[in-house]
This record gives sequence, structure tokens and C-alpha cells, in this order.
Amino acid sequence: MGEKLLMKGNEVIAEAAIRAGCRFYFGYPITPQTEVMHYMAKRMPEVGGTFVQAESEIAAINMVYGAASAGGRVMTTSSSPGISLMQEGISYAACAELPLVMVNIVRCGPGLGGILPAQCDYFQSVKGGGHGDYKMVVLAPCSVQELYELTVEAFNISDRYRIITMILGDGILGQMMEAVEFRDVENIQNVEKPWAVTGTGMKREHNVITSIYIDPEVLEAHNRKLQEKYRLIEENEVRVEEYNCENADVIVVAFGTVARIVKNVIKTAEKEGIKVGLIRPVTLWPFPVKTFEKYATVPKAFLTVEMNAGQMLEDVKLAVNGKNKVDFLGRMGGMVPTQKEILDKIKELIW
Amino acid sequence: MAVVFKRPHALKDIPMHYCPGCTHGIVHRLIAEVIDELGIEGKTVGISPVGCTYNNYEYFNCDMVQAAHGRAPAVATGVKRVNPDNIVFAYQGDGDLAAIGTAEIVHAAARGEKITVIFVNNAIYGMTSGQMAPTTLVNQVTTTTPFGRKPEIHGHPINVCELLSTLKGAVYVERVSVHDIKNIFNAKKAIKKAFKVQMANLGFSIVEVLSTCPTNWGLSPVEALKWLRDNMIPAYPLGNFKGKDLEV
Repeated sequence: MGEKLLMKGNEVIAEAAIRAGCRFYFGYPITPQTEVMHYMAKRMPEVGGTFVQAESEIAAINMVYGAASAGGRVMTTSSSPGISLMQEGISYAACAELPLVMVNIVRCGPGLGGILPAQCDYFQSVKGGGHGDYKMVVLAPCSVQELYELTVEAFNISDRYRIITMILGDGILGQMMEAVEFRDVENIQNVEKPWAVTGTGMKREHNVITSIYIDPEVLEAHNRKLQEKYRLIEENEVRVEEYNCENADVIVVAFGTVARIVKNVIKTAEKEGIKVGLIRPVTLWPFPVKTFEKYATVPKAFLTVEMNAGQMLEDVKLAVNGKNKVDFLGRMGGMVPTQKEILDKIKELIW
Repeated sequence: MAVVFKRPHALKDIPMHYCPGCTHGIVHRLIAEVIDELGIEGKTVGISPVGCTYNNYEYFNCDMVQAAHGRAPAVATGVKRVNPDNIVFAYQGDGDLAAIGTAEIVHAAARGEKITVIFVNNAIYGMTSGQMAPTTLVNQVTTTTPFGRKPEIHGHPINVCELLSTLKGAVYVERVSVHDIKNIFNAKKAIKKAFKVQMANLGFSIVEVLSTCPTNWGLSPVEALKWLRDNMIPAYPLGNFKGKDLEV
């Protein structure tokens, strides 16, 4: 068993990254993720790592781009408007196949919005907030313990596939304190990076990191290569929690902190004789399509609950593929759906 | 037979894509000669910008990273912080460095990042066909200042060396030109010193190279060299702005 501590979500992200071998952090302050920076500023020097407070999120992501090009295990963290500024760098890094880890502790938008919890950056993360045909792996933890585990895993996935992995959380997850067990990081994989720009040492041809391909045939071939990689990730890296779905009257679909509220609803509903199931996608991309195929005709209806206007809802509908009714309950602007709201909606669906 | 002139090893043996009379090729060669003479090719990493030199990663034999428009100093920061023993240079044009990338260059200099920036100023956007650059001269005609740059409408040109030399982290700042042989030799000296400043871990170094763009200036290559001499040098005086006495 590892060491067990009571810690804040944002600090756990930073500690998990350090334990996963991250030695380079570049970021810009924004609420509600600033504790990650504070922690990194103190902790990085202790482990011989590098912490740089950049002049903007644009600079931060480009420092990350350079550090990843040079073969460093690197991370940046931000929150919604900051992530919007990083989209240019994200698209370039996706094209150049740079392994890097990002965290978005989402706040409510659009615009400067507010700092309260929301899930309104689902589209931005999953569908591609930047330009071009690209994907990044998006992980949605629902507890501080899972923040730790998925942050560690994010580095492995990034290095294994040379892809960006994003942790998508919200202000609740970032700010709350929970017990976390720092299990031994035995599964940290050290991947060789012969493609990195470390200097030729006059021993090999020069390495080039680029995202520009002027020749259309070459660029199409590069795109095909990226797409093949994405198909491989869809095959191998789907993570999903299925709970109580067998014979469920209603299957609720929720990710992140909303899924925790749903679990309480499931208990209350059971007392009233209603069987509610939960599908919690842990990877928002790749989306757990097969799980929906398995349960498509089981419940009377699916209910997607999100802290947005209905974004994952679209992927749920695509996955259910017309085989069942898919309803939606959403709150916005930093409002969190209550157990009662969810239970009332479930009753409405079955009665 | 003795070889008296040959391609520097740091430069690949492939044709460059630049327009006839363009001085980018000269600047590339000077950088490559310096890399050869300092014996640092094996540990040098170059950063290519966006603009006419977007693909100069194809021309240098050292490791190269292509950066987004204006972001080369940030990318260089990331590379250098991971491998501080590498010698990292960024090649940037005037639109890249002094317009879209103003924040990145100022803060890389202010942090005193141990990188070297070669800033090629030809007073125009070359790649996108001759728009006004931050360094376009007053009254200079471009595709976006068809009646000439008017300070009351378009603002004044930016003198990058003067600006950056106010920052403590920038330890070596020099402006040179490549319009004639004498100045080309001076330019090489400055580039070499800028690299040596980095090798000695002293801080941020930048060399601004006044350069021509015959295609977008609408001049012949020879006329362009004269135009540089007669118009650019008065606005952008040559010389050292900082670090003249640094012993490296």
C-alpha cells in the first residue's frame, strides 16, 4: 500500500505528475487551477525539475512544444479561457505527434464566464478545439484518487502513442480535498524517444519536428497515419465504468463529478423500487461506444446528465444509434444538478 | 589543389527556395559557418519560424524544430530548459518576431533565456506577398500600405534592438547588415559572438540582420542592396547596443 494523504485535487495532479516522472512544467495563472502551479513551483526544484511561469498561455503551450520536442516529460495546466488560447499549440503538437500532458480544470463559459464548476469544454476537448483533423486522449476523473491514477496514466498514454493527453476536470474536483493513496508508480513506462531534438552528436541524421507539409500527397499520407493511430487508440484505450446497468429501468450517462451525484441518486431510487444504471465514460475520447451497443435496448431510456447545454449528449445519441430514447438534463453557469432534479427526471421518463 | 571555399558542413547540400537576390541564403551560410567554426553542430538545435524561412529546417544539418508564427523564442525556451547543454538558436523574421511574437521575444529576453536569436529584418512580409511589417519604414509602399506607411494611420516602425537592449536579461544585442562584403563579415562576427555568449551561459543574445526582399520591394537585387543602405540603415542604425565588451 502506498502513502495515504488528505490532499486537494489540484495538488494531487501536480504530485502525480512528479511521481510519473514529469520534470518540466510551464504554465500561466488562472483560477480554478492555480494550486497546480503553486505546488509545481515548490516541488520541481526539489526533484531537479524545471518550473517556468510563462508570459501567457500561448507562450506556455509553445514552451511545452519545445520541451516535448527535446524529449522531456512535460505538462501544462490551465482552465477554459487559457485552454482556448492554447489551441494553436495543441493543433501543432498534434500534427507533430508530440507527447505531452495537459490539464483543463474547466470553468463555466462562454467568454470569461465564471470560475464555478462546469463541463462546457467537452466539445472543445473531444471534437478538436483547434484547427485540423486531430484527436487527443481525454480523461475524465471523478475523484481525487482517480485524478492521481489518471494523471500517471496520461503520461504513459502520451509517450506510448506520441499524442496529447488531456485531463478534463472541473472546479469541484480541483478544489476539493479527499483522501488519496499514492500507490507505487510501478507502471511508469520509460519510452525511448529517438525522434527528439537533442543534438545529432554528429552520429545520426538531423531530427526535425514539424507540422508543415506543403505537398498535398505527403500531408494526406501524414493525416492517414494520424488517423490509423487514432483507430488504434480507440481499439486499446477505452476506459469506462459501468454500474448497475443489467436490467436497469433507466441508464444515466454522466462523466466526472456529475457521476458521483448520480451514484447517490441510484441508492435513493433503489429504495423507491426504481433500478437506475450508470455509464460513466472515463475516456471521453476514445468514447466507450461498445458499452452503449451492449446496453442499447436494456433500459426504457437513457438520461444524459451534464453541467452544460448537452455536449456529450451528441456522442451518447451516436452510440445508442437510434435504438433507444436518449433524454437530457443539464445545468449551466456553474450550477450543479441536484439529486432531486435527477431523480424527478428519471421518474418522468419511466412513468 | 587547395580548397579555399566550400559549403559549410552545417548546411545541407540542397538548393534553397529563396527568390533571386534574397539575402536569407547569406544569413543561413553565416550561421552555418559559425556553427562549423565553433564545432557545435552536434549539439545545436535550431528553431524555424513562420514566413519565408518556415522550412529552413531542411537546410541545416543540426536538429531543428519548426515553430508556430512568432513562438520560436518560447519553443527555444522549452528545448533549452530540457537540455541546457544544447546550443539553441531561433531564426525569425520581422513579422514573426516584432508583430505576432512580440510577447514571446520580450519575455524570453527578459528571462535571460540562454538562447540566440537571429532576427532578419527586411521591413516587409515576404511569404504572404509584401504586407506592412512592424519594421516597414515611414512612407514605404507595401500591399497593405498602398499609399505608403503613414505614422498617423499605421503607427511608427519598431526598433527591436533598441527596445530589447533595455532588458537586463538581454546581454548581447547587435544590429548588422548584409548589403555588402564588409558588412557581411561584420554580421558573421556578431553572429559568432552571439553564439559564444550562449556557450558561456551569459544570457539572451540577439543579432538583427538588415536584409533585402527584392521581390516584394519591387526592385532588382542590386537596387535592393542600395535601397537597404540608403533607407534602412538611417532608420535602423548598425552597431552594438549591448554586450560590446563581453569577453567570450
